[in-house]
Amino acid sequence: MSSSVTPPPVQFAAIAAEDTASPIADFVQETVAMTRRLFIQLQRRPTTLVAGIIQPLMWLILFGALFQNVPPDLFGAGTNYGQFLGAGIIVFTAFGGALNAGLPVMFDREFGFLNRLLVAPLASRFSIVAASALFIATLTLLQAAAIVAAGAFLGSGLPGVAGLAVVVTIVLLLVLGVTAISLGLAFALPGHVELIAAIFVTNLPLLFASTALAPLSFMPVWLRWIAALNPLSYAIEPIRYVYLHEGWNLGSVVMEAPFGSVGFGAAIAVLVAFDVAALLLVQPLLRRRMA
Amino acid sequence: MAPAISIRNLQKRYGQTTAVEDVSLQVEPGEIFGLLGPNGAGKTTTMRCLCTLAQPDQGEIEVAGISAIAQPRAARKLLGYVAQEVALDKVLTGREMLQLQADLYHLPKQKGRDRIESVVDLLGLGDWIDRKTGTYSGGIRKRLDLAAGLLHGPAVLVLDEPTVGLDIESRRVVWDFLRRLPSLGTTVLIASHYLEEVDALADRVAIIDRGRVIAQGTPNELKDRVGGDRITLRIREFTPEAEAAHAKALLTALPWVREAIVNGAQGNSLNLVVESRSDAIASIQATLAGADLPVFGIAQARPSLDDVYLAATGQTLLDAELAAVGRRDPKLERKQNMR
Repeated sequence: MSSSVTPPPVQFAAIAAEDTASPIADFVQETVAMTRRLFIQLQRRPTTLVAGIIQPLMWLILFGALFQNVPPDLFGAGTNYGQFLGAGIIVFTAFGGALNAGLPVMFDREFGFLNRLLVAPLASRFSIVAASALFIATLTLLQAAAIVAAGAFLGSGLPGVAGLAVVVTIVLLLVLGVTAISLGLAFALPGHVELIAAIFVTNLPLLFASTALAPLSFMPVWLRWIAALNPLSYAIEPIRYVYLHEGWNLGSVVMEAPFGSVGFGAAIAVLVAFDVAALLLVQPLLRRRMA
Repeated sequence: MAPAISIRNLQKRYGQTTAVEDVSLQVEPGEIFGLLGPNGAGKTTTMRCLCTLAQPDQGEIEVAGISAIAQPRAARKLLGYVAQEVALDKVLTGREMLQLQADLYHLPKQKGRDRIESVVDLLGLGDWIDRKTGTYSGGIRKRLDLAAGLLHGPAVLVLDEPTVGLDIESRRVVWDFLRRLPSLGTTVLIASHYLEEVDALADRVAIIDRGRVIAQGTPNELKDRVGGDRITLRIREFTPEAEAAHAKALLTALPWVREAIVNGAQGNSLNLVVESRSDAIASIQATLAGADLPVFGIAQARPSLDDVYLAATGQTLLDAELAAVGRRDPKLERKQNMR
């Protein structure tokens, strides 16, 4: 190979000076490159994606079967548990995926690969965050698509085009905020053991303290309060609504919280606020570690 | 022309530990400059500050006249950093690694490809570049790491212990490569605790001990400053102690012999420090012959950088190294190197 190509003689020290591209073009170039790296890893080691698709399907089938014989109409008029559960599994899966976003960054820290990124003249080190978020968002949408398809196959029905757009939007909103928190943890915690422990204690409790598996009306009052304050519920309920109702608008009531009715638009607003809060919370941490 | 690197009164603390106490040095364009010192002397911390991975507590750092503290991004463009630990993504091929590196330094597409061809050729990586880096041997990993450091054509290449853990053949390849860099327009700063490495490569040297520069100059200047020659003498292959002591007494009586030590670790051979003179060996042989003592072997050498270190600190580099190993806190060091 090297014998067939004769490289042109290069002046080695002259390159840095001729960098004329704009900072935005630089940011795009570095972000695309780091995202590409994550996708190459995924392509060569697809196990995590395969497991990430199988796991929610198992939830859907096994957990759905668990409550198959509850009296009809308990989860709403004409609704079986499978139809009820779909939205919960989509959100839980997106949440779990985004929560793990910090792990690759943590391993890069531990193996010194992050230093390679930090000595490079990145236009902004937030490209490291952007690359992780892009990667996780793509992955999560793939998983969500699999769940939606499996749900349709199992008889949960399929929301219309506008409904699917709602699912995508909500998943992306949730992933953005949770990814930011996970990356913040990846820089704040000392190592991957601590990060995995943090993921472990967050993941399932937040699932059980949300409306993913059962409606608020099933819960004791104290849990009802927790679930009604849990951001996951604000992602689950609008998706559930578009699954169970033909028509919806921003005023449709998606959740009867202890403190009042929550409308469709309000739920979306809560998610946006969650993202803003997460980014604001994590930003000084990323700044300090990456400045 | 601004110096390639200028470090003035650098100080860096990690909690209670002072990693760098006071380091000042200046590297001229086109030089190979060596930082020599035992592990834990502050070489790596100095380099991490230079490469903007650590924020100095005090001091000034400039790369080709650009402040690494005030304008870190501009300084990063001029620097290539090859860390001691080779951090590769084992799932990527060598070429994919270099492509990532090219994008991190914002090389235009075609230029990136051309540069990859050049560095692959320069480091003889042609057979390896399209395989996953997880399959590489230590030497090939290091070569890819060097290629990555040089890819964007840095004005200054900074290397931390570039041949630690390498086999002899790989070390030769790395040395040959480093020697070529100044003619390609790249200034080199190399940290090493190997005397031979610094002696063989560096145009100038700063010897660092406990966070301070204790000597600076060309290897020849430093050796001349210590002065005298070193003579290793073996009376027999294994000399009896009494005989060695006798010979020592005879030789220390000579006016130009400054010091004599019986080296028990090497069969009671004698290590002498003498004033430089051409008839030293002949005179020693004559003195011993006069006392009916044989000579099994005798060799004369200029002082080494180790002697320079010994003269400045009172211990050899090897002893300092052993002492440092005892003092090290691997957990703390890992934490410092992690971001």
